Amino acid sequence: MTPPVFPRKNPVLRTQRMNLPPMGRGRVAHGLTRAAAVGDHLELQVCEECGAVQYPPHDACGTCLSPELDWRKQSPCGELLSVATLHHSNHLYFRERLPWRIGVVRLDTGPTVIAFLTESVVPPRAAGGAERTRVQVLLRLDRAGQAVLVAQPIEELNMDLKDKLQMETGCSPRGRKILVTDGKTAVGQAIVHALLDAGADTVWVGFSEPWKRGEEIARLRDVPGVEAVALDLTDARSVAALGGELGGKVDIVVSNAEVHRTESISSRPGTDIARAEMEVNYFGLLRLAQAFGPALKGRAADGPGHAVAWVNLLSVFALSNLPSQGTFSASKAAAWSLSQGLRAEMLPHGIRVLNVFPGPIDDEWNQNVPPPKLSAGALAGAMVRALTDGVEDLYPGEVAQEWFARWKDNHKALERELVAGGL
Amino acid sequence: MMPRRTGYEGVALVAPFTVPYERYSIRNAQWFAAQALRGLLKEARLDKSQVDGISLSSFLLRPDTVVGLTQQLGLSPRWMDDVPTGGASGVMALRRAARAVQCGDANIIACIGADTNHVESFRQGLANFSSFARDATYPYGAGGPNSMFALITDNYMRQFGATRADFGRIAVSQRANAALNPNAMLRKPMSLDDYLRARPIADPIHLLDCVMPCAGAEAFLVMREERAEALSLPHVKLRGAIERHNAYAEDPVMIRGGWLRDRDELYAQAGISPDRLDVIHTYDDYPVIVLMQFEGLGLCELGGGPEFVRENTLTHDGTVPHNTSGGQLSAGQAGAAGGFLGLTETMRQLLGTAGERQVKDARWGLASGFGIVNFDRCVCTGAVVLESAP
Repeated sequence: MTPPVFPRKNPVLRTQRMNLPPMGRGRVAHGLTRAAAVGDHLELQVCEECGAVQYPPHDACGTCLSPELDWRKQSPCGELLSVATLHHSNHLYFRERLPWRIGVVRLDTGPTVIAFLTESVVPPRAAGGAERTRVQVLLRLDRAGQAVLVAQPIEELNMDLKDKLQMETGCSPRGRKILVTDGKTAVGQAIVHALLDAGADTVWVGFSEPWKRGEEIARLRDVPGVEAVALDLTDARSVAALGGELGGKVDIVVSNAEVHRTESISSRPGTDIARAEMEVNYFGLLRLAQAFGPALKGRAADGPGHAVAWVNLLSVFALSNLPSQGTFSASKAAAWSLSQGLRAEMLPHGIRVLNVFPGPIDDEWNQNVPPPKLSAGALAGAMVRALTDGVEDLYPGEVAQEWFARWKDNHKALERELVAGGL
Repeated sequence: MMPRRTGYEGVALVAPFTVPYERYSIRNAQWFAAQALRGLLKEARLDKSQVDGISLSSFLLRPDTVVGLTQQLGLSPRWMDDVPTGGASGVMALRRAARAVQCGDANIIACIGADTNHVESFRQGLANFSSFARDATYPYGAGGPNSMFALITDNYMRQFGATRADFGRIAVSQRANAALNPNAMLRKPMSLDDYLRARPIADPIHLLDCVMPCAGAEAFLVMREERAEALSLPHVKLRGAIERHNAYAEDPVMIRGGWLRDRDELYAQAGISPDRLDVIHTYDDYPVIVLMQFEGLGLCELGGGPEFVRENTLTHDGTVPHNTSGGQLSAGQAGAAGGFLGLTETMRQLLGTAGERQVKDARWGLASGFGIVNFDRCVCTGAVVLESAP
């Protein structure tokens, strides 16, 4: 048995409350938030008239005064010029986590930024000359869900999982206790394995009808770290019971249970299918949020392995209704809207809400959808990476990426294209 | 060819006044401003109605501005100014007031820097100090100016070979000066060893590199020389004045300030070279910027600051009498009044009223200002040369 990643909690000690990093940002500065939320590389404003790259976020071009500033991807590379180690802070969040290292980085594209430094960044030795310290500047979301810049050595691909900045901006499953609401589907099974591979301490897996002793339960029974639990999201008492039992222990909730039927509005009379979808996809999420939300919020600073994230399996069809799966799309749109409300309640407590918007998954319900389709394993892998990177909106796979791009570009065009059929 | 700038002939500074500093006060900034004006009137034996111009600098006067003070203090001025530039506000208030009295827009102008300090006010002021600070510096550790000047200091040390001991020489000599200033907040003797052993705050900034925020006010009157003479008021003369904002924005980390761009004009106005200065007051809310002011104001070359402080003594009786009140490092930083501290002390030295810390035969004095860490550096710079009246 491997020792736990995080030490066991001393039950006598008071559970620390979460103090968030500074929330204040101007509207323009949320251009960084938009890019950081989807895990994009550094984006900065570029003047459309003179091409000057701006930082801090500007209301007008600092060179030619043009109002036409466009957020664009930028090279994240630059030179570290100066370093300070803060042993004092005026803000409780930082004060509780001293010391912090910050630095001045001159980006290759021109502007100078202040950024946090990972522990692996070596300060510059001499001024200028041969010993330049090259770094890359990453966009991350902090515990308040606000975008911050983090500089790490240019040759490093990923942040060290033990680095304080990774811990504070990511939501890695490593060492964490996680509830996956449905283990019966291929996606659920893949998520469980991906979480365990990423170092999860315990994964509780929900089965709505465990007495049926399905082969899916049997497959997970002997996997170390997995516990099967009874969870029927259509049954308020079942959800509340599990919340009472596990609520104070779970660090990450993965809401992946879904009912998926492929009906359009007119393909079948009545509302029974739509109700069944809503019952799990929307009301199930609502029940889950009411049962597990409060405990998760209260444990956001509960030691180094604190509660950290809530994951929703939505669908890219939440953005725009896929007519051939009209009722399913609508239930996911409802869940998406609810997830934004959930995020608004979780964010002030330091819990990240990760929404996953896949295109068609390669499962039985999308049998008649032509490829490319997202495999359960690819979906689970992308979800774990997004958690690790602290992303809040994930569009895994090519179809989802394209849908998101089309929707962002012109949502009315996407609607019309869907009238014509296809994806 | 552009016409040369009009000189500052005929402008007199009168009645340097300090409202004693307190570490914390339950009074508001309005109270300190009122006491400053009262002190000025008493010093100059003037009636309130004779003051027809008022210039005010304060961080914590909100929701009021100088407008609110006219009713609160029962003034009916025909000229007013509100200077929001913190550490550069004294120099800028003086420059504007000088033009007003030269042109006759006002006869007697009270220039006041006043602030209070509640236990929470410094911290509360930081998060929304500027939009750039809110978006791009405060979320990075919320260290306030300490963290930005730590980055500037780190770069300066590497670039120019400065050591902590160089900065320590400035802090230690100012503490020695403060011992002779009854109004200084920090008068306990400090050795270089004390300085070097202080705990890190934002490494390389340590505790004794930082000023102590406090409540208080600094003020003076500006009028034409003839008026000062007619009123038999001891005064000093304004001989040159410059300001410059957001200079050298191309330097990725600040290594110099706007003084460098305009100093030749400053000394040309005054008709002297920097070696004629008898007493110098720099804005000192971190020692590194004292070096930048020595360099920018021509006391030494760019990057020559460390060498300069090694070769000179900076106490009131030293080779370069500097911040003889103890400066903000030892006297305290009373908010925007910190931008006036060097001016009032220069006036006292030139008036011969500096008591035990008097610099002998001081005739020429310089006071410089430096203010507003908008993003990664201070934006506003300025300096004035004053001369004692014979």
